[in-house]
Amino acid sequence: MPDFGAADTELDAFRAEARDWLKTHFPTSLKGKGGLMAQEGVAPSGGDYEVWRKAMGEKGWGTPTWPKAYGGGGLSPHQARVLQQEMNAIGAWNPIGGMGVMMFGPTLLEYGNEAQKSRHIPPIVRAELRWCQGFSEPGAGSDLASLQTKCEDKGDHWLVNGQKIWTSGAQWADWCFCLVRTDTSKKHEGISFLLIDMKTPGVETRPIRLISGNSPFCETFFTDVKVPKENLVGPLGGGWTIAKRLLQHERSGLSGAGGGRGAGGAALPKLAKSYLGEDGEGRISDSDLRARVASNEMEWRAFQLTALRSMAEAKSNQGPTAATSIMKNAGTRLMQERAELTLEIMGSQGLGWEGEGFSSEELGAVRSWLGGKATTIYGGSQEVQSNIISKRILGLPDPLSQS
Amino acid sequence: MAVLTEEQSMLRDAARTWTQEKSPVSAFRKMRDSGAPLGYDPAVFAEMAEMGWTGVIIPEAYGGSDFGYLSLGLILEETGRTLTASPMLATALAAASALILGGSEAQKSEWLPKIAAGEVVGTLAVDEGPHHRPEKVATKATKSGGGYTISGAKTFVLEGMAAGLMIVSARTSGAETDAKGISLFLVPADAKGVSRKALKLADSRGVANVSFDRVEVGAEALLGAEGEGHALLEKVLDRARAGLSAEMLGSAVQAFETTLDYLKTRVQFGQVIGSFQALQHRAAKMFTDLELARSCVEAALTAIDNDSPDVPELVALAKTKVGDTLHLVSNEMVQMHGGIGMTDAHDAGLYLKRARATEATFGGQSYHRDRYARMQGF
Repeated sequence: MPDFGAADTELDAFRAEARDWLKTHFPTSLKGKGGLMAQEGVAPSGGDYEVWRKAMGEKGWGTPTWPKAYGGGGLSPHQARVLQQEMNAIGAWNPIGGMGVMMFGPTLLEYGNEAQKSRHIPPIVRAELRWCQGFSEPGAGSDLASLQTKCEDKGDHWLVNGQKIWTSGAQWADWCFCLVRTDTSKKHEGISFLLIDMKTPGVETRPIRLISGNSPFCETFFTDVKVPKENLVGPLGGGWTIAKRLLQHERSGLSGAGGGRGAGGAALPKLAKSYLGEDGEGRISDSDLRARVASNEMEWRAFQLTALRSMAEAKSNQGPTAATSIMKNAGTRLMQERAELTLEIMGSQGLGWEGEGFSSEELGAVRSWLGGKATTIYGGSQEVQSNIISKRILGLPDPLSQS
Repeated sequence: MAVLTEEQSMLRDAARTWTQEKSPVSAFRKMRDSGAPLGYDPAVFAEMAEMGWTGVIIPEAYGGSDFGYLSLGLILEETGRTLTASPMLATALAAASALILGGSEAQKSEWLPKIAAGEVVGTLAVDEGPHHRPEKVATKATKSGGGYTISGAKTFVLEGMAAGLMIVSARTSGAETDAKGISLFLVPADAKGVSRKALKLADSRGVANVSFDRVEVGAEALLGAEGEGHALLEKVLDRARAGLSAEMLGSAVQAFETTLDYLKTRVQFGQVIGSFQALQHRAAKMFTDLELARSCVEAALTAIDNDSPDVPELVALAKTKVGDTLHLVSNEMVQMHGGIGMTDAHDAGLYLKRARATEATFGGQSYHRDRYARMQGF
């Protein structure tokens, strides 16, 4: 039978364990306050936030499916899902997040050597160090493999010179996982995967102000930065393969399929009723909006069912299935639509930028709406994702090879 | 594709082999061109029954294999791929479900073995207009003697001409749109006062309007409790909608694959048209929708097999999502084939016509979107 999370006694036992542990360790003062996490990928420091982060970090449940050997939770995907459900049920959220968890960790677990894993994974599990991603460059966006940041072999160290852009959270990051060019004679095979300590002399970051008013991204400059030889991950010139794998992790995280994000605002139907009222039969009074809210709710359900299905299939077929490839485009489109609907439901109140006269939910809505526009641009734009589906899944010819 | 048991994989493979070899789209075309009066080829249907397909959801005690709805969905997906014309949907899915869910021991013993063997075609006669509105029932059943007298008219009855048994909704009390007061009756098609008129629809399948003029049935014809037929009918319809969704998924997948093949072979401007990004991205969108639709369909069928409480919402979701997807894919099939897609000689038109007929059957997308919203309390 298909496995859509049917009842299972082992899972029930784990559910009880998770419920108990969460009850003991989740500070009730933080109930539903995962919003900041979702925006910055990092929880505020101090107080109950600190307590909660420490508890989850030590338990390894912030990275539930990572191996116990490096401090992870060692849970099965189904157990991780149960944990998420139990957290949702009490308004708890995962305080361990960011690039290290979403992208770098899973990739290092796959491609790193023992020394690299032992050194870098545990601090990610405990959210002690923050990572940023040095991939895009001013001249290398969707065509990432044309990147130019130069990395020279100087015998006892690497010497890095160049510029990265859209480096998420670089201003707060302790480390950067970076794509650098170690060979200029080959395009893809000339790229290597390098770990750079952001405190190294010659590293400079400048935040970029976005349409949302936030500055989650930076320009990052490398000027004669010396990097230890042991910071190369995988073989020299093998960076592109690692990067592709990493982007898969990024895309599954960005689509929302990873399920690790804290619970967002109120559900759309409830929100619509509170702003627009309902008719005698309990329907949202604006029938056009009601239909579009219904559509989005249903698409969202279809998306979640697909995430479950691809999980069940991956488990039984031992590998990612075709369904996985669609998740980023489908998920980001739905989230953007949701943000648009939220704004429309709130009317002019939803356009409040700052100051008095607006609820924090309203002020948050306008920022999320704008910030969310980036999701179909980064991590492989919507168009690049469609190219990937066309080429790799559907077997359609590469338009570039034809010309 | 859902994770299947070994039996289910074998069933699906057998269905795929049989439909591809014995019932390709060309067979449907031949049936259409021959003007077959029932809208299907009885010899082909007999073969399907012989393979046990008509008894997949029927308990073993009544001559079926009790394989469940997901299993039947696997078969329907394959028949949907090749547009196989047969009364499977009406009889092996809808009528069988009605008897399994609402039938007394005597009713099940009388009808289920015949349905399982393909000897009798059963169907639902529930709609009374051009739109699916199962709660709107003007047909009346009044008590007379020891039984009932039924009068009224039903529209767009699937396999209406072939049916030997009709499951008819009629009002035993209440006003025309009340949920309460609807009762279901088992009416043999040869009962006195039943008359039917074949309708020719764009998809060339068997559909009829049926009228009931003072049709007398015994008390034993009542299916379930008197006046409580609406809840039973909804359960039956949800099973029919889920199975139909599987058929629609199959049609959509095939329409897409046929189109994809064309994109890879048709050459214009010195290159295959599938190398054009404008078409690639539309193909990627269709593929995405197909994957999402498949998840919904399989979840709905699985929920039925598990007798899960979320069957109604998952079915509304599945019918809507697969309906939207089939709508898109069938239109794109014509558009991407260009002029050849407009010709009757090409299969695109057959998929397009069948798409709209299945979308309308048992409630279209807007019907189920509204229904989903109501179930979610908005």
